[in-house]
Amino acid sequence: MSDFPSYNFAYLDEQTKRMIRRSILKAIATPGYQVPFASREMPMPYGWGTGGVQVTAAILGRDDVLKVIDQGADDTTNAVSIRKFFEKTSGVRTTTSTPEASIIQTRHRIPEAPLREGQVLVYQVPIPEPLRFLEPRETETRRMHALEDYGVMHVKLYEDISRHGHIATSYAYPVKVAGRYVMDPSPTPKFDNPKMNDCPALQLFGAGREKRIYAVPPYTSVISLDFEDHPFERTKFDNVCALCGSTNTFLDEVVMNDEGARMYVCSDTDYCEQHRGDRKETGA
Amino acid sequence: MNVPYQIGAPGFQDPVAQSQATFRHLMDAIAHPALPRAFTSRTASCGPLSANATAVLLTLVDQDTPLWLDQALASSDEVRNFVAFHCGAPLVTDPSRAAFAFFADAQAMSPLTRFALGEPDYPDRSTTIVAQVDCFSSEGPGFSGPGVSGTRRFGFIPAPADFSSQWALNSAGFPLGLDIFLIGSTELAALPRSLRLTEV
Amino acid sequence: MYVAVKGGEKAIDNAHQLLASERRGNPAVPEISTDQIREQMTLAVARVMAEGSLYAPDLAALAIKQARGDLIEAIFLLRAFRTTLPRFGESMPVNTAAMQVRRRVSAVFKDIPGGQVLGPTFDYTHRLLDPRLGQSGDPAPPPRAEGAAPFEAPHVLGLLDREGLIERAPAGPDAGEAQDITRTPLSFPADRQTRLQTLARGDEGFLLALAYSTQRGYGRTHPFAGEIRVGEAELYFMAPELGFEVPLGEIVLTECEMVNQFQGGADEAPRFTRGYGCVFGQSERKAMSMALVDRSLRAAELGESAGAPAQDEEFVMSHCDNVQATGFVEHLKLPHYVDFQAELALVRQLRREWRDAREAPVESTTTRPSKGEAAQ
Repeated sequence: MSDFPSYNFAYLDEQTKRMIRRSILKAIATPGYQVPFASREMPMPYGWGTGGVQVTAAILGRDDVLKVIDQGADDTTNAVSIRKFFEKTSGVRTTTSTPEASIIQTRHRIPEAPLREGQVLVYQVPIPEPLRFLEPRETETRRMHALEDYGVMHVKLYEDISRHGHIATSYAYPVKVAGRYVMDPSPTPKFDNPKMNDCPALQLFGAGREKRIYAVPPYTSVISLDFEDHPFERTKFDNVCALCGSTNTFLDEVVMNDEGARMYVCSDTDYCEQHRGDRKETGA
Repeated sequence: MNVPYQIGAPGFQDPVAQSQATFRHLMDAIAHPALPRAFTSRTASCGPLSANATAVLLTLVDQDTPLWLDQALASSDEVRNFVAFHCGAPLVTDPSRAAFAFFADAQAMSPLTRFALGEPDYPDRSTTIVAQVDCFSSEGPGFSGPGVSGTRRFGFIPAPADFSSQWALNSAGFPLGLDIFLIGSTELAALPRSLRLTEV
Repeated sequence: MYVAVKGGEKAIDNAHQLLASERRGNPAVPEISTDQIREQMTLAVARVMAEGSLYAPDLAALAIKQARGDLIEAIFLLRAFRTTLPRFGESMPVNTAAMQVRRRVSAVFKDIPGGQVLGPTFDYTHRLLDPRLGQSGDPAPPPRAEGAAPFEAPHVLGLLDREGLIERAPAGPDAGEAQDITRTPLSFPADRQTRLQTLARGDEGFLLALAYSTQRGYGRTHPFAGEIRVGEAELYFMAPELGFEVPLGEIVLTECEMVNQFQGGADEAPRFTRGYGCVFGQSERKAMSMALVDRSLRAAELGESAGAPAQDEEFVMSHCDNVQATGFVEHLKLPHYVDFQAELALVRQLRREWRDAREAPVESTTTRPSKGEAAQ
């Protein structure tokens, strides 16, 4: 039986890291453009964060402090699994605190606490192509991006308006980056879209199965697509968080019993805990 | 730090940590364009290639990246041996086939258009330039673009006399174009193609 | 009381322990060894090696054991291991004409130089469950021809080639020119060697269904099984520092060459065309399916009208990898409650607006286009 090798720091071999790093640099230089990269098989399934994991593994250093969230929470099973993967393969310090982290890998949310310069937010992306559901062919969508021909997207959004009176997209809401590329923000709720604009942190997006990396540099304009007479609207909640009392966060609806009683709590568990602490300290 | 180069001398003493650290400087630099950042590598220099530029070479270049060298570097046996031994990169003389182009002398960069500028469907298929410079200055032309909050003044020495017009041409082709890393002895900075010249 | 999905870490650890115990099954029954799997589940091992893109019978057997017999899971395990291996270079092209043939059949000629060799095959077995296999006991040793020497078995399609009746097999890429699909991301249109690499590790079931669809008229290619051969082929590696080819060992391969019709055109006389399949281990179903799909994907190159799924390069290549497919299908098990919450809010809003619109006075509804929905 063959000997099993011991794995490199952060799992990936150095040649793979170099390849991913080169793609990341290209991605930052062309904000919103999807750079193809030779995505590797990872020890977790495709669709479970392999793109984000490869990006994180390629940038991670021994001094980094890593936070991993899924659905905004640090304690969801896949977040736990990915955090343990990096603890085991790299030994870096991990945290649940958003301000303390130097790298935050996320699936489906942007933290509520504002990000700062020097932080890197790594998104796990299932389908990187914002035009994919309008045009399944890669050869076609590449052409559309090259020609900056986003007509199909505007037609789709306008059809929403004519049918529903407004744009009926609640997550993975398309954005335009630095006035050029239309980009999929990954399946984050559109509530999070405004946080991407002019963000001081670097935002990196990894799609492992689809073999694409893209980026939004710090201080870059990220505009949600809309129409003059139908401007983008952020999802508003009529409720407050039952645990911390926040009125301006994304809330999860928790079904309490068979009669349909519900409560609303922050999806960002770290923010919720901090906010509860703040309330206690100020005697609220 | 100037250690005489010997055949087979190690590139990085700690390849994992040093290439990661070098990469993070490069990533920070290109995420914050035209902003010099402190960077001093512990790597040995290699003939006309400075210690810092050597670190960048080891971090980014390998057998998958055709490499173009300027006159000073291409004529150095030390550099060629080092590239063959440590990177395994194929050397190319046609600049339009290069994934990376290294300049010992940043003044020799023009014209930029001889390098690969990418294709409309694949703008990433472009050359990245790594050029050694003596120093940076905050008195150059004004730049703006992604990664720059407002406008930033930036210059480097030595620069090609026509650099401003070269750069204006490069960024006008966005998303096609090439990206430049400028490597000083204690600092580095980056000019991605998304960076626009606002005032000269 | 609010019960969040806390304690994910403990739950994961417990699940792993449960899984290990389920894999072992009833401890009163002797544990299966990886040697037993390698020797007695050879076709499963072959499939895992083929789609795992790694010729390693021991590791494939281990993967099958670890995966509780789930072959796609085993393929995934092998792939995740393969990706960590250093890449030293490329082997020389395998000379399949020199292969030690175990089995070799051609459907296009009654007899062929070297002969038809039936070999170990299910083909003419009666599919009756054999209760004797339920008990142990070794089968009778197979008959062996007295003094049978290794024989020459030239490719059958070479016979057609000599007469110019079939297109020439294109020369393979030169050393160093083959694009490794595990190192270079796919881009379209892809060339044939890239397609063949992709098909070679593609899912057997998916390729089988596509191949079947071409036989039923979705991109028909009029195929004949020119030759199917299974056997040991020698693998060589050119060591540049030595300057000669070093033998690496033998691997079992299944190769299939299909002969397909071609009408010819103004510039070209009619002649047969080729579809090619080649996989690790004995897997005729996979090799034949691959050859049929390879030929279908050449529709554009050969100037045939292309509209069937099996002729669609992007469709086939983007969806034939079962490790990718299973990951993405199964990722729906991961929590999606944030997006669902956003959708929930939207559907509630849309329903509210729909109700309001229905209840609104007639005048206001006339400003909207309505289709057959009379305002009441």
